[in-house]
Amino acid sequence: MHSLLTRRPLQTLATLVLLTAGSVNAWAGKTLDTVKQRDHVVCGVNTGLAGFGAADSQGKWAGLDVDVCRAVAAAVLGNAEKVRYVPLSAPQRFTALQSGEVDVLSRNTTFTLTRDASMGLHQTAVTYYDGQGFMTPAKNNIKSAKQLKGATVCVQSGTTTEKNLTDFSRANKLDIKPVVFEKFDAANAAYFAGRCKAYTTDASSLASIRAKEAKTPKDHVILPELISKEPLGPLVRRGDDEWLAIVKWTVYGLIEAEEVGITAATVDKLKAESTDPVVLRLLGKSDDTGKLLGLDREWLARAIGAVGNYGEIFERHLGEKTPMALKRGLNAQWNKGGLQYAMPIR
Amino acid sequence: MPLHSRRTRALLYQAILVSLLLGLGYWLLNNTLSNLRARGIQSGFDFLFDTAGFDIGESMVTYDSTHAYWQAFVVGLLNTLRVSVLGIVICTVWGTLLGLGRVSNNALARGLCYGYTELFRNIPLLLQLFMWYVLLVEFMPDTDAPLHFNDWLFLSKGGLTMPWLMPADGAWLWDVPVWRTVDGVGDVTGGASVTPEFLALTWGLSLYTSAFVAELVRGGITAVPRGQTEAAKSIGLSAWQTQRLVVLPQAMRVVIPPLTNQYLNLIKNSSLAVAIGYPDLVNISNTALNQTGRAVECIAIVMAVYLSLSLLTSVLMNAYNRRMALKAR
Repeated sequence: MHSLLTRRPLQTLATLVLLTAGSVNAWAGKTLDTVKQRDHVVCGVNTGLAGFGAADSQGKWAGLDVDVCRAVAAAVLGNAEKVRYVPLSAPQRFTALQSGEVDVLSRNTTFTLTRDASMGLHQTAVTYYDGQGFMTPAKNNIKSAKQLKGATVCVQSGTTTEKNLTDFSRANKLDIKPVVFEKFDAANAAYFAGRCKAYTTDASSLASIRAKEAKTPKDHVILPELISKEPLGPLVRRGDDEWLAIVKWTVYGLIEAEEVGITAATVDKLKAESTDPVVLRLLGKSDDTGKLLGLDREWLARAIGAVGNYGEIFERHLGEKTPMALKRGLNAQWNKGGLQYAMPIR
Repeated sequence: MPLHSRRTRALLYQAILVSLLLGLGYWLLNNTLSNLRARGIQSGFDFLFDTAGFDIGESMVTYDSTHAYWQAFVVGLLNTLRVSVLGIVICTVWGTLLGLGRVSNNALARGLCYGYTELFRNIPLLLQLFMWYVLLVEFMPDTDAPLHFNDWLFLSKGGLTMPWLMPADGAWLWDVPVWRTVDGVGDVTGGASVTPEFLALTWGLSLYTSAFVAELVRGGITAVPRGQTEAAKSIGLSAWQTQRLVVLPQAMRVVIPPLTNQYLNLIKNSSLAVAIGYPDLVNISNTALNQTGRAVECIAIVMAVYLSLSLLTSVLMNAYNRRMALKAR
């Protein structure tokens, strides 16, 4: 038996080395082209956080973060269904984005300096202004987070929460003992089994966990203090400014649509009948904003038609009619006392 | 040295292969680093000296959030070692007993040990860890109403509190935990506490690995020729003396090398701690990785530590094996 490797060992090895070298930098290249070519957007989402990103019993994904992916798919590919969801745990998520496994990371991720400046990522636009809070069993009769002296607190690793918790504990001399779990489910299970006196994560997630995971949601209270700022939103890989612009302006577009009153139901009617110059510009009837982004005229009209404006998305997944029962609060429009302020689409 | 001789050519080929391998390694490293740079991902081990900024639930040395990252890694390493060493001791003792049970003359003992081994080694370890952990935190009483055992051992959702030796004025004294009620709220003070995470992990790892150790011991005992047992009986040794003085010493020689494998497995399996919230090396490294974004570096540290631990264990066990091995005289 004389295989190629035994007859011409050096040549074979050299070829192998050259081949490997040739395959380097395959990740580089424009995300937009890649997305168009494969005809779907690959979106990194939560493994299951109701209201933000969770699959239902039929495997259909829904939530605020999921709708961002759907809006991007509608804007770029003309169909909100053309998304492949990759559920990611907190420690996995950045590597998945850096390595090109996903095009967008829309997974209730906090924007911070470290993440923006040193991890090869770009933060786009804030989809949810959040803060870290505490949840504790009602029977403990705790009214303020400052009463958690010496308490064990359940945390999920790979998040900004561990450091916030430590800072809060030091600043108030509370000597809190964290119990850190890699998986969201394990942290939930430990808290509900009574291992920890309190559970800490973003307040919106606490509401989600209480609504979905608690046997009786009323038995758990979310304490009033928010101990940090947690602006959440989608991230993209560094080095592709065009793709960054598309994701960022899709989010701004949805927010601006709420401001000017375009909804999923009225988008077609307004496109045909409106005389408002702002509406006409947003829907591509006057200026061609799509061209500047490398898309077509109707990119935003399609995105709004598919998922609705920001207000509709919020009410559908998080609002007071859902089990999450969250108020708009900081996430109201800027002219209604909130922080959601879309950069002007023009 | 003639260039066309077989020996020279073989040497030449090997030299080329080694330099190619080195070159490949260098190229991979270089490629990784330049790609990281190109994508704006910072790299390097300098972060180890930055302030960690996160607390760790249990630590054998003084540590708080103002310490550096490398100190956090040390805490994680010590936590891993604590579980591993204790796990190795328990699984050796328990596994040996089970192995003896497997070859016992008593049918009930034999059956029970057989059932145990098959049950524990055939259920995935991760599930067993979850089971022990959930049992501990779900069904134990709350911390303000622990189970009392003889008033010096307390068990609750918060963990196990037990008496511990404390150095006092040059002597060692028992620090016994006591139950106190202050303002109607009960509390345990004194003694040493271990968390449910630690208990579940040590317990789960030991029980799982002991099933494999039992099989090794059984194999070792079966490998001792029957004549040895019969000879021992014929000179009037009791059953226990036969095992202890004749069979086990010979069986150990066969058992030690594969036992090393089980110890290595136990050490490596301890990294499953991350699933049940025990702050071992992997858990700490996950946090550090997330806070600094230095994925390659953190993974490299963890790999290097596990490799060193495993090699160290191998060296120790091999030395022990040489001492125990039958000396050919």
